[in-house]
Amino acid sequence: MNNTQEIEQEALTSKTGMWLFLFTELLLFGGLFIVYSVYRYQNSEAFHLAANELSVFIGTFNTIILLISSSTIAMSITAIQKKNKRLALLLLGATFLLGFIFLVNKYFEWGHHIKEHIYPGSYDLSLRGHGDILFYGLYYFMTGVHALHIIVGLGFIGIVTVRISKDKIHSGKFVLLENCGLYWHLVDLIWIFLFPLFYLIT
Amino acid sequence: MESSEMTIQTNHEEPSYLHHKGKYKGILSWILSTDHKRIGLLYLYSLLTMFATGATIGVLMKLELIAPGVTIVNAQTYNAFFTLHGIIMIFAVVIPGLPAVFGNFFLPIMIGAKDVAFPKINLLSWYFYVSGVALVLVSQFLGDRPPDTGWTFYAPYSFRTAGNMLPAVFGVFLLGFSSILTGLNFLVTIHRMRAPGMSWMKMPLFPWTLYATGWVQILATPIIGITFLMMAGERIFKIGFFDPALGGDPLLYQHLFWTYSHPAVYIMILPAMGAISEIIPTFCQKTAFGYKFIVASSIAIAFVGYFIWGHHMFTSGMSGASLFAFSLLTFLVAIPSAIKVFNWVSTMHKASIDLKTPFLWAVGFVFVFMIGGFSGLVLGSLTANIHLHNTHFVLAHFHFVLFGGTGYGFFAAMHYWYPKITGRMYDAGWANTGLVIFFIGYMTLYSTMFYLGMEGMPRRYFDYDPIFHTPNVYSSLGAIVMYMGLAIIIINLIASLKKGAKAPADPWGGKTLEWTIPSPPPAENFDQIPVVTKGPYQYE
Repeated sequence: MNNTQEIEQEALTSKTGMWLFLFTELLLFGGLFIVYSVYRYQNSEAFHLAANELSVFIGTFNTIILLISSSTIAMSITAIQKKNKRLALLLLGATFLLGFIFLVNKYFEWGHHIKEHIYPGSYDLSLRGHGDILFYGLYYFMTGVHALHIIVGLGFIGIVTVRISKDKIHSGKFVLLENCGLYWHLVDLIWIFLFPLFYLIT
Repeated sequence: MESSEMTIQTNHEEPSYLHHKGKYKGILSWILSTDHKRIGLLYLYSLLTMFATGATIGVLMKLELIAPGVTIVNAQTYNAFFTLHGIIMIFAVVIPGLPAVFGNFFLPIMIGAKDVAFPKINLLSWYFYVSGVALVLVSQFLGDRPPDTGWTFYAPYSFRTAGNMLPAVFGVFLLGFSSILTGLNFLVTIHRMRAPGMSWMKMPLFPWTLYATGWVQILATPIIGITFLMMAGERIFKIGFFDPALGGDPLLYQHLFWTYSHPAVYIMILPAMGAISEIIPTFCQKTAFGYKFIVASSIAIAFVGYFIWGHHMFTSGMSGASLFAFSLLTFLVAIPSAIKVFNWVSTMHKASIDLKTPFLWAVGFVFVFMIGGFSGLVLGSLTANIHLHNTHFVLAHFHFVLFGGTGYGFFAAMHYWYPKITGRMYDAGWANTGLVIFFIGYMTLYSTMFYLGMEGMPRRYFDYDPIFHTPNVYSSLGAIVMYMGLAIIIINLIASLKKGAKAPADPWGGKTLEWTIPSPPPAENFDQIPVVTKGPYQYE
């Protein structure tokens, strides 16, 4: 087996592993989606009203940000394949920045609710009905776990950026970048489901 | 082992994996090694330590139950005992069990590969395992008092108890992660790294069961991961997922818990079945009867295993339709299990059987596993379940399946592959003596529990009505005998490391690839990657 074949074989192996890991992630969020659907079914009225209190504007804005960031990371893979290292780094930087803006928005969104004393365990929330408690519990928990994935994704993008600048990832060997892209798409995809569940179905 | 260094490697120029000079020296050459064989041994040592801990707690519990009333511990300590015994034995011993030890060691060798697909992740999974175990143990000593919920962590008690739940729950979360990484690694290894010529249907049966197990590991484990995260959110932030006072549903917790924990039963048993499927053809010197059926039934067990979790909750409150469906599906899973038993017995039919220790363990496995399986059908039928739920009958059933299944499978595999792993033969006389004593103790300990359960003795109590006294005395004495048998078995294996005769490459006449390389294997497994031309068990 010559060198290119070996690298190709390794890339295939590595990508298979990544896909299996993504299945695991899907199942992880799957558990949360089941809990959400059970409680939505039991408290449909309260979930309906509580969802009206979330800012559709921030939600939509964040959705657009994540969608753009998914396309920038996909373009960076093409850039590296075309041996344009500068452009690839630039696009990865843009992805990182967009992910960061997402988190900043999330911070203000959460901060706003917390300022209004709406958070799990708060006195004001406990005065409201069970449906509201569950809705906000799920809201904080699910977007929280998702935000955690964004943070991990940003770390992953950071590592890949460093490796590209050190020429350890190049047009002949870029599976790590592809895996990073896969992970980032998954984080995006999960948000695509979270967005309507919390913001749009009112 | 220094004295034996010369004798072990006389036949081969390459030093064995035990003496291979890597990047690091001393203990570091083990705990930083990415060699799948060394990682397998790391798992073996840590697993056996945990097993000894769990078994000792188990014997202490049986001593408490030797007489009614307080015998050696009070109620609270007893609760802590059965919780720790359950967590350790389930999450730190039988779930990692055969895949982590023998899977790591033998999967790459049996499919003709030099290592698993991701050696570093493999080592990482061991660190997750050790950290998880450490957290579970820490939970015993920090905080107000040890966890006392049982290994099932049922809501709402698990977030109301003063027990120190968070480290325990997080520890189990890490153990789950370790299991996911192992499964993922094996799946990729099997898909991508089989030797040239080894088509799927030429793959030995142990790798096949690891394959089925791998899917269960990566698809079921995340559910309990997220459930335990929710549990943590519940305890720290009072979110109310499962707290009825906040609108949550404790029954939903049970559903999520068993959505993982029932398939987990197949993570435990499938690789054991795989090991048995290797051992029986070897000692019968015959092709495994119905190879394709054994393969298909492994996949079927893994698949159907996802849809039967509800049988743990027959008395928890479910609709009649769900009860009926879960009961029916539970009966279905018995079919592929029975297919395997028929195949094993048919393999033995008209064979000239070599009654060596691994084979005796394998026969013991089939015997106790059938008792466990049949009692499972009793529990799977709705009307019997109402009577037997939460009694000692359940206890007997799952000890027959988990300890009888995975435990016997583990010791069978241990005695089968010991010469290959260590390069030494063990003392067969002591091994058989240990097995007989163990078996007598085992049967006395657990079969009595069937009777106690049918008479109505509940599980998880430190005290009982004096009418149950006599059978409990038998059961507790059985525990002590079994413990002695275990001690003989393990001491014999340890003593044989030094005293045992040198093992040949193929002491049992096995035909799978691991027997074609020296004992112990060289660090790179194969000088040249083998080309496979025939099926795994061609003796004729």
